Amino acid sequence: MTLADARARAPHLSVAQADEAADERLMLGLAAFCEQFTPLVAVDPTCGLMLDVTGCAHLFGGEAAMRACVLQAMARLSFTGRVAVAGTPDAARALARFGAEGVTPPGEDENFTRPLSIAVLEAPRETSVALTRAGLMTLGDLADRSSAALTARFGAETMRRLTRILGREDARITPLRPLPECIVERRFAEPFLDLAAIENVLRPLIAEAMGILEKRGEGGRAFEARFFRADGAVAALNFETGAPSRNVEALLRLFRLKADSLTDPLDPGFGFDVIRFCVLRAETLAQSQIGFERQGAQESDVADLVDRLAARFGRERVLRFAAHETHDPVRAASYVYAAASPSSRPSSWEKPEPGEPPLRPLFLFDPPQPIETMAETPDGPPMHFKWRRVRHMIARAEGPERIAPEWWRGPVGRDRRTRDYYRLEDRKGHRFWVFREGLYESETAAPRWFLHGLFA
Amino acid sequence: MTHPLASLRKSLACAYSATASETIALGAASLDQRLGGGILRAALHEAYAETAADAPAATGFALALARRAMAGAEKPLLWARQEALTAESGAPYLPGLADIGLDPAAVAFIRVRDAKEALQAGAEAGRCAAVGATLIELFGEARAYDLTASRRLALAAAAAGAPIFIARVAASPAPSAAASRWLVRSAPSRALAANAPGSPAFAIFLLRQRGGAAGQEWHEWRVEWNRDRGAFEDRTFDAPSLSGPVASLPVGGASGEGARQAAKRKYG
Repeated sequence: MTLADARARAPHLSVAQADEAADERLMLGLAAFCEQFTPLVAVDPTCGLMLDVTGCAHLFGGEAAMRACVLQAMARLSFTGRVAVAGTPDAARALARFGAEGVTPPGEDENFTRPLSIAVLEAPRETSVALTRAGLMTLGDLADRSSAALTARFGAETMRRLTRILGREDARITPLRPLPECIVERRFAEPFLDLAAIENVLRPLIAEAMGILEKRGEGGRAFEARFFRADGAVAALNFETGAPSRNVEALLRLFRLKADSLTDPLDPGFGFDVIRFCVLRAETLAQSQIGFERQGAQESDVADLVDRLAARFGRERVLRFAAHETHDPVRAASYVYAAASPSSRPSSWEKPEPGEPPLRPLFLFDPPQPIETMAETPDGPPMHFKWRRVRHMIARAEGPERIAPEWWRGPVGRDRRTRDYYRLEDRKGHRFWVFREGLYESETAAPRWFLHGLFA
Repeated sequence: MTHPLASLRKSLACAYSATASETIALGAASLDQRLGGGILRAALHEAYAETAADAPAATGFALALARRAMAGAEKPLLWARQEALTAESGAPYLPGLADIGLDPAAVAFIRVRDAKEALQAGAEAGRCAAVGATLIELFGEARAYDLTASRRLALAAAAAGAPIFIARVAASPAPSAAASRWLVRSAPSRALAANAPGSPAFAIFLLRQRGGAAGQEWHEWRVEWNRDRGAFEDRTFDAPSLSGPVASLPVGGASGEGARQAAKRKYG
């Protein structure tokens, strides 16, 4: 029907542009909401949700009760839906969209789907026309024929749909989010409103999850607290630890820090229906014996501190130093996330020679700062240089230390020239690390000078 | 015959004062003598860079103090640095840290956006007994670092028994709960062969020492950081190229007078 036709029939029709992005967001929100029924939820475009309720239904008192529960929850959000439960996702989908709603008893998929019209196959128009002309009106008509002949005539895709809908082939859904290692949750008879008491709910939840992990000999690395609001909104709070952990109080502390650092704080609205705690990632963590090894306890204290700081300021801000075996001063040192690699010791860096002064600066500029210099000889250290509009008169100098670019990383070019490094000290005692870029004549006609670092 | 309670009280007092008054010797004899053994371990200490160009010196001085505080203990240094400082004086560089005697593996580094975050991170780390020392670097006149904030840090340091150092750049010294306050600038180093720059040398000026003998002279020392010994050393001057007056340490007499005048002018 065109819009003009519709308007002719119902003059007061209100019209709006379809907003596909908003629809998609809504479906994703609903999918998150439905995660309170099962962790395996997928969106079936454009207006369907697939829930894999394997092993979940008994928690709601059977499949029929669960179906009623889902419908009721949807009705509360003012959605009407058609819900079908079947042995395979495709059968359930076909029944919900085209057939009788309800619960299909185990093994009865084919019997229930046989009467469905061939429209279920959602085949291209010419295929459905051809099927109808051949007098094949229901899936049952198709199901009894040899699949080889049908495949040859109507294509493999249509036949695959058919076998799936009939439940002969079982293709599982791809959930939106991977299955967590461990899930514990609290459901409330009345929506839970008291934000201050949230830790009283979380503490036993976390303890329960940690108990499960302990039996498996594991500790959690990544965690998530999910809050399902009565009005359908879902808030999730993620945090990580640097090392596998089963420490309930430490995890609660991380949760608190994370909750404090939220830009828009946790809002209970009309209350939470379900509060869930998931362990998203777990790693082996042996049972630990406490008390005798003070050293170990301290190391874990530091790891705890790093986790707390990472939770508060962001993982990318809490860093450790890492050394690399190269002469290139920039590549020789880097930063790594401390929370990601708590126990990895930096690879070996060059130990300073006894009696030598510091040969590398305490602080390095990236990129190096251009300076104006005046040198006595073209390849000697500068007599004075100007940096940030201040002239530094050089009292002491050492160099050059020639560092060539690593030829195996690419040809010498504009950005890759030999550098002659000098350690300089001005008359006031400030110490600098400067370099001249490019060799005279062979690499460049007018080498430029840069300040690369500052010594203490 | 003393009362058992009294003796208990006395022994407790001993136990407590022992940790509370434990000091970190700097290694330079004259300095330690003046400080009464060194700076307090479980306390807050401040190092101000005299000018913005002395920022590496102030940080270097604080790092050297932290290195002394952590000597012998397998505890890490926690270093919170305000991001603005990266543009100002560059980013900490691993080989350079190793070159002044720190173990880069024992340093955890936090880049924070502003002074408030730096102080939060520092306080969090300072409270943790597993941390050997904490260094907070602040840039500019930070309003977040007030008397209350410094008091909080001092209490954290006292509770954890590990020092917290604050290195400040482009800020003028202000009252705080710090146990000691230093004004630091780079000093010309002792030249090596062929007039090469030597070990880090600092001109340090003790602005304040909590509980220090009152009415003491303003003191400026020239010290050199000896990485191999992990100690400061009194610097004797041998630099003919210096243009300024060459003073011995601690600075007494005329030049000491001058320093005091200068300090009074500045902070009086």
